[in-house]
Amino acid sequence: MNPSLKKPRESMDLSNSSELTQPTAFPDEVLEKVLSLVESHKDRNSASLVCKYWYNAERWTRTKLFIGNCYSVTPEIVARRFPKIKSVTLKGKPRFSDFNLVPENWGADVQVWLDVFARVYPFLEELRLKRMAVTDESLEFLAKSFHGFKVLSLLSCDGFSTDGISSIATYCKNLTELDIQENGIDDFTGSWLSCFPDDFASLEVLNFASLNSEFSFDALERLVSRCKSLRVLKLNKNVTLGQLQRLLVRAPQLMELGTGPFVPELTGRQYAELESAFSNCKHLHTLSGLWEATRYLPVLYAACASLTFLNLSYATIRSNEFSKLLAHCPNLRRLWVLDTVRDKGLEAVGANCPLLEELRVFPADPFEEDIVHGVTESGFVAVSAGCPKLQYVLYFCRQMTNAAVATIVRNCPDFTHFRLCIMNPGQPDYLTNEPMDEAFGAVVKTCKKLQRLSVSGLLTDLTFEYIGQYAKNLETLSVAFAGSSDRGMQCVLEGCSKLRKLEIRDCPFGNAALLSGMEKYESMRCLWMSACRVTMNGCRMLAQGRPRLNVEVIKDENSDDLADKLYVYRSVAGPRRDAPPFVVTL
Amino acid sequence: MSSERAKSTNHLRETDNSGLNYETELTLGLPGESRKQISGTKRRTSDVTELSLGSSNNCKDDHSKNEISTGRAKPLAKTQVVGWPPVRSSRKNVIEKCKYVKVAVDGAPYLRKVDLEMYDSYLKLLNALQKLFTNCLTICNFQSESKLMDLTNGVEYVPTYEDKDGDWMLVGDVPWKMFVDTCKRIRLMKSSEAVGLAPRTPVKSSSTS
Repeated sequence: MNPSLKKPRESMDLSNSSELTQPTAFPDEVLEKVLSLVESHKDRNSASLVCKYWYNAERWTRTKLFIGNCYSVTPEIVARRFPKIKSVTLKGKPRFSDFNLVPENWGADVQVWLDVFARVYPFLEELRLKRMAVTDESLEFLAKSFHGFKVLSLLSCDGFSTDGISSIATYCKNLTELDIQENGIDDFTGSWLSCFPDDFASLEVLNFASLNSEFSFDALERLVSRCKSLRVLKLNKNVTLGQLQRLLVRAPQLMELGTGPFVPELTGRQYAELESAFSNCKHLHTLSGLWEATRYLPVLYAACASLTFLNLSYATIRSNEFSKLLAHCPNLRRLWVLDTVRDKGLEAVGANCPLLEELRVFPADPFEEDIVHGVTESGFVAVSAGCPKLQYVLYFCRQMTNAAVATIVRNCPDFTHFRLCIMNPGQPDYLTNEPMDEAFGAVVKTCKKLQRLSVSGLLTDLTFEYIGQYAKNLETLSVAFAGSSDRGMQCVLEGCSKLRKLEIRDCPFGNAALLSGMEKYESMRCLWMSACRVTMNGCRMLAQGRPRLNVEVIKDENSDDLADKLYVYRSVAGPRRDAPPFVVTL
Repeated sequence: MSSERAKSTNHLRETDNSGLNYETELTLGLPGESRKQISGTKRRTSDVTELSLGSSNNCKDDHSKNEISTGRAKPLAKTQVVGWPPVRSSRKNVIEKCKYVKVAVDGAPYLRKVDLEMYDSYLKLLNALQKLFTNCLTICNFQSESKLMDLTNGVEYVPTYEDKDGDWMLVGDVPWKMFVDTCKRIRLMKSSEAVGLAPRTPVKSSSTS
């Protein structure tokens, strides 16, 4: 497949041709019309491989670009292949950078992409960035370069400040979505909210929950009043209950709401007004925020019947209030909570939410040793008993047993994502003191549709034998403090044919394991190995054997021959040209 | 002092007719060690495994192929492990909103923490404190007062707390909710030292305010 097709587009004039030399009888227009209805980039990638003709038709009709690893390709290659892109999703740093395992200034700078896009896609409308380095200058450049720009989503990015957001508000006259989540940014001032022009009314999505700075409530209220199509509004911690009520009155059409904290105290009349405002929000399906809400939760009840997603992951809510709230949420499909709800709260989940498909339980206090609180295996079992449709779980706990996990997957065999984090590294089954091998064995044997797995606890190679043998649909695997020898990793690489992302930390896997996957890594997006037993020599051998892989080591000062952090990924772009000094490309 | 405590343990065991045999010694417990008696299974005293965390050198330690560490790996260096548990930094500060306050007991080397939001009355809090310091404190009901006492040596503890203004107050004077809002930390003071504090309203056993 030649990615740099320079031939201009030819129109096949079938009506004049007496010989059909092309493999298909469809005129361009028909094939392109059909392909333009294909949304999924995976399907489009497959279509582009059928033949040159289809490849051409596909590239002219693709409008949405998904790049899962910004270093797997260059912006120039992308620009040459796809002339009509309107929407770009771009992901940068390895996922473990979320947990401070990747040093600052590692890369994934968005500017190189913006430079090319400004030239080739002046009508770009949407940019969704995850784990990219974004500066205020880049945001200003973006705001000024793309006049029809509509959607900006920044998730887990860093390097910018609220000044950059001001540029977006000031210059993007057609903005419909501004979604700022979980970023490491400098939060100087909320004045960006006042930068939206007075006649600006197109906003549909506004999420600034993770920004902490004060802002002008007046400006927000006026903005919300003007934007009649506003459907998603996620507020930050500086919005009081009284202010929330005023906003809800102006935007009863909201479908997703993130509240501020439930403070301060309300008078009887204010309570009634707030309750009434919520009951008028008949389209609310997603609710988040709440923060320290322990009282006044009943004002929400009227709006809960249609809730499908409840995100309490920043709300330190206890089991009593939680249970009462859940009694009003029978239609929940997705639930994110803190472990402050305890097992008792999870029992209430099992009792009230039979349609639940996704559960995430986050630790309120992940680094505290002397607190024996949180959730245990019984909470998880209780949910599984009442919610047989569970497909996605993320569960942080301090104790687990093999038997409990076996019960859980018996109750819920449809898991596609199973992420269990027993927070103490290398902890065995706390009742039997055995490794947790059988737990994950049960998961992979029972859950045939499993795509993503995160393992934890005391695990021997047996876990990985099970994974390699049974997890035939597994695409993403995360491993930490587990395994006994190279064999573990080898089993996974040999057995999991659909594996795309493998991230490993603090495991006794060395060069033999790394090199056993030599043939496999080009079919994967990436491999991460840190604090394992891989050496620089092993990495060099991999790099030499596979020139289309980028083999990068993030060097630690004190390690000699050990490759402290290894990041391997396939690429058509060749080695990085912007690698900082601490990233060694082999 | 620790030997004194050890003697107290023996004394306690001899007089403890409940049949429960606490394997743990009389200490306040190392941070992180589970203090619950796990029903049905005798928990072995841990063999501390070789698993020390965080530095890559430890991976060079010999783990023979099928060796299984049977002991519960003590979370020795957990706080030193970078990026574990895998929680985004935006989630790390959630707990500040909780009312976890430190509890110090005069004479004890370790502090504990309690979550005041877990309880709705002073009595429940005292119960929790008793459980935390289970081997040395019991709630004794004298007349209409509840106090915490070390039964082995008759030392009485008076619960005090530091409020938002930095003043040390006797627990029990203000309504429960106000106490939760203003309490920054708790200290169980030996009665003998708690002189000079204002005369108190006894903590009523049935109080739920």
